[in-house]
Parts: sequence; C-alpha cells; structure tokens
Amino acid sequence: MAPQQRTVAATPVWLAVAPLTRVRRRLSHDDWFRYATLAPAIVLLLLLTVYPVINLLMMSVSSIEFSQGEQHWTFVGLANLQRLFTDWLFATTLRNTLIFVAVAVAVELALGFALAVIVSGVPRAKGLIRTLMILPILVPPVAIGSMWKLMYNFDFGIFNQALEAFGLQPVGWLSDPRFALGSVIAVDIWHWTPFMFLILFAGVEGLPRDVMEAARVDGASIWQTVTKVIVPIMRPALGIAFLFRSIFAFKVFDEIFLLTSGGPGTATDVVSLHLFKVFFEQNNLGYGALLSIVIILAIVAFLVTARQFSGLVR
Amino acid sequence: MLPFKGRHLFFGYFLLSLAALVVALPFLWILLTSFKHEIAIYSGALWFAPTMQNYVDVMLGPRSNFPRNVHNSLIVASVSTCVVLVVGTLAAYSLARMRWAAWISRGFLGWTLFFHMIPVLTIVGPWYLLFQRIGLYDTLTSLILTHITINLPMTVWLMMTFFRDLPPELEEAASVDGAGRTQSFVWVILPLAVPGLIAAGVLAFVFSWNEFSIALNLTSRNAATVPVGIAQFVQQYEIQNGQMAAAAAISTIPALLLMLFGQRFVVQGLTVGTVK
Repeated sequence: MAPQQRTVAATPVWLAVAPLTRVRRRLSHDDWFRYATLAPAIVLLLLLTVYPVINLLMMSVSSIEFSQGEQHWTFVGLANLQRLFTDWLFATTLRNTLIFVAVAVAVELALGFALAVIVSGVPRAKGLIRTLMILPILVPPVAIGSMWKLMYNFDFGIFNQALEAFGLQPVGWLSDPRFALGSVIAVDIWHWTPFMFLILFAGVEGLPRDVMEAARVDGASIWQTVTKVIVPIMRPALGIAFLFRSIFAFKVFDEIFLLTSGGPGTATDVVSLHLFKVFFEQNNLGYGALLSIVIILAIVAFLVTARQFSGLVR
Repeated sequence: MLPFKGRHLFFGYFLLSLAALVVALPFLWILLTSFKHEIAIYSGALWFAPTMQNYVDVMLGPRSNFPRNVHNSLIVASVSTCVVLVVGTLAAYSLARMRWAAWISRGFLGWTLFFHMIPVLTIVGPWYLLFQRIGLYDTLTSLILTHITINLPMTVWLMMTFFRDLPPELEEAASVDGAGRTQSFVWVILPLAVPGLIAAGVLAFVFSWNEFSIALNLTSRNAATVPVGIAQFVQQYEIQNGQMAAAAAISTIPALLLMLFGQRFVVQGLTVGTVK
C-alpha cells in the first residue's frame, strides 16, 4: 500500500544517473498498466458487492412480489421497519446467536491456546498434530453437519450408544430444547478449535526464548509460566483471534441448517438462518433487506467498539 | 517453547492423543457409516459386513442427482479459482507496487475486509433479484461470479503480502534491461509469486467447493453443487443415512488431498487475515 520510494540509496551505485531518470519517467508513464490491473477487481466489487448493498436500501422500503417471473416493486415506506419492532423471533435469534458466539469462541480460544502450549512443549508429534488439525477447517461445513447429525442420532448415534452402554437413558441431543443449542455449539467448537490452535501456535512458537528461559531459571511452574508470562505477552494475538472468530462465528449457517434448521421450536434459530427463512421461505425480500441492513450496522458497531476497546487495552 | 518433562510430558502426550482422537472420530464414524447397509446403521453394530452399495447408489444410481452435483462443483470451483487468481493477483500487484491515492487503496482493502466480515446471506437476497432479472438464476455462471466475489478478498490480501516481500530492485533491474511494466510483471514477478498463487488457488478452490449458503439459494435442480446435494439427503422425508454418509465422505476428498500435499500453503493462507 505504501508508495514505493525509489531512493538513490536503494539503487546500485554503478548505475549512472542519466539512465535512472529515464527509467523513472517511463515507469510513471505506464499509467495504463496501473489502471488495467486494478480495474477488473474494482468492476467486480462495484457490480457484485457495492450495488447489492445499495440495492438493500431500496429493497428495505419496498415490497417485492413475483408474478410470471417478473419482479414487481411497490414502495411501502417504513412498513418493514414497523415489522422489525414486533419481530420477537428476530430478538430470539439474536439472543441465540450471541450465546452461540460467546460460549463457542471462549471455549475455542481456551482449548486452542492450551493445545498450542502443549504441542510446542512436547518434543515429538508436532507435524502430525498440525496436519490433523487442518482437516476440520477444510472439509465442507455441510459434511461436518452430516457427520454430527449421524453421531447425535437418537436411535443409533455414538453418544446415545455410549449412554446405553452405561445403562443410562438416551438423550435427544438435537430434538430436546434443553440440549439442542449446546449440541450445535459443541459442533462449532470441534470445527474451529483447530483454527484457533493454528493461529496461536505460531505465536507460542515465536515467544522470546530468553524470557522463557528466565521463567524456568526462576523456578516458575508450568501454570505460572502460562498465566504470568505467556498470556500477557500474547494478549494482542489472543485479542485478535477472539475478535476474528467472533465475527465469523456470528455468520454461522451451514452446520445449523443441516443439524436442526433452527429447531426444535426456535431453540437453535440463529441470525443467518432467520435471514434465510425471511428471504427464501417467506419470500419477503423487503423485510429481509431491512434485517440485513440492521445486521450489517450491528457488525459495524461491534467492530468500532472492539477497536476502541482494544485501543484502551494497549 | 515451554519444554514439558517427566509426568508433565506424559500428561501432555495423553491430552494430545485425546485431542487427536476427538478430531478424527467424526471422520471415522462417517466413513464407517458409509460402508453400512441401512439396517446395520440402525442396529448400531460395530461389526458388520461392509458394502459399497451406498457409494454405488450415490454415484451411479439412476435417480441420483449427485454425479451432476459433483460435475457442477468441479466446474464452478475450477473456473472461479482461475478467474479469481487472475483478477486478484493483478489487483494485489497494482495495490502493492503502484502509487495509488490513499482513498483508493485503503478504500479497496477496507471494503473487501468489510465484505468478508458480513454474513453472506445479507447479500444473497439482492444477488437473487439481480440474477433472476438477468436470467442467470440456477446457472453455473451466477455461482462462478459469486464465488469469485467471495474469494477475491482472501486472494488479494494473500498476494499482496507476497508482492510486498519481493524487493523493488527486481522491477528496476528488469526495467533497466528494457522490459516494460507488463513484461517485468509477467517474466520477473509472477514466477517468483508461484508459491503464493498455489496457496491462494488451492484455498479458493476448497472454499468454492465447500460453499453452501449461496448455492442453496441461487440454484435449484440444474446448477446445484455438492453441499446442496448433501443437504437434500437430510431434507428428504425419509433420511437416507447411508447415502448421506457416502456423499459427505466423497465431499471431503479435496480437503484430504490438500491436507496431505499442500499443508504449508494452507497454514500460510488461513492465517493471512489474522496476523498483520
């Protein structure tokens, strides 16, 4: 991003000054290259991201009907906004999503960090663990949803089989409102703890050697070293990891769509799922657009607050 | 970094084995299920006569739509990957090496970051209206275009970090030797950026292959991709557990290949947004 300063110091001395100025002039006249390289990306972003976001504004004050494949837009003013204030379901999905994000990300951060410390502390098997940890991040979330749907199955899932082996009653992991949200949170923890591990592992491996050595010489226990030395040094990295995962956890859709579709009742209904239902099951594109705007504004507000907060911490 | 010794070391290995088991278990479970008859699945037997029937039904069954899903996914993922590599690499080079006004470069990077962070479903509604209006609903073209868009931010950031690490003297030397901007980019810079291109390319492919929420809403039967196909097994009146397991197992193949052969690219690519 920083403009390249072609200082004389960076140029080999044996280059005469005259050819150098000629080079400079020719480079600066290569404007067409500059524009031609950035233009495709800009056009794409304008057409497929900026225009849709602007379109959201127009959709949010409209009602859109379809007849014979034609779109009919009617201006309805603030009617969609009015609906927002009576949409108790949206409030429920927001609450579910916040619980989902808070619990899942906190556990992922703790487990991922613990794993990173352990893996960096053992002499062998680092590569093997790292290889295995990449897998959950790369497989389709839908496949993860189907795996866990089979494992949570009431009749033949692995968990209920284990319970029955101990003589306990089977549990409706996905069908009992008391367990459903916890069950989908567990899937997210399984899915994303490896990611936390990967980004924190680099940080743990990069800790200053002399500081760790000093802690060891002073006779600090492992627990003391972690809490008094490693965590304070890695606080910025932990903060960024937390922020990133929170934002991406807020988008959760695929796994929950497959596992419960928001059920039973509204126990696992999350924001993205609610959007999907308003847009594509109720075909209410106007209200869906308004919800989208509200969600986007909420994320912007969250980012701004988090940024100020992290500024205070530093 | 914090060397474990004695019983701590033993305990550390114990926890790591436990973690490895927990990560691997769902994969083993679905693999096992995919080789079971529906009856064996319901009886919950650990010992069973393995069968290929689920895979045969999914890939060769006369009523199965899954081969078509695979075909669609392969086309969408490869075409969108190629295009996003070209568009993203050019943009990254432009932003990393040319003099752009701050509002353009910052605006570009800020907007892509913002777009990367909002739930994609907020934007799928307008996309649906757009593609429906221009007659691209349920076509591979609409999926290719949208997948290029969602993979563009990652590609640009990844390639920018690569270009920034290359010394500017390279272009200067090329230019002294009489190469124009285009020539020095194609013959000097691009060959050096191949590792970055591979990293961005494999990740873009996998993310496109995995993508569900866009494909679910912009396609119906004709252009449906693999994740949509898997989801259909669940939504049917009677869930076909064995076939769903087989389809899900097939869908993890690109990830498995990538884990075995492209590990270092993946780690690089996944952490690019988080470590500045």
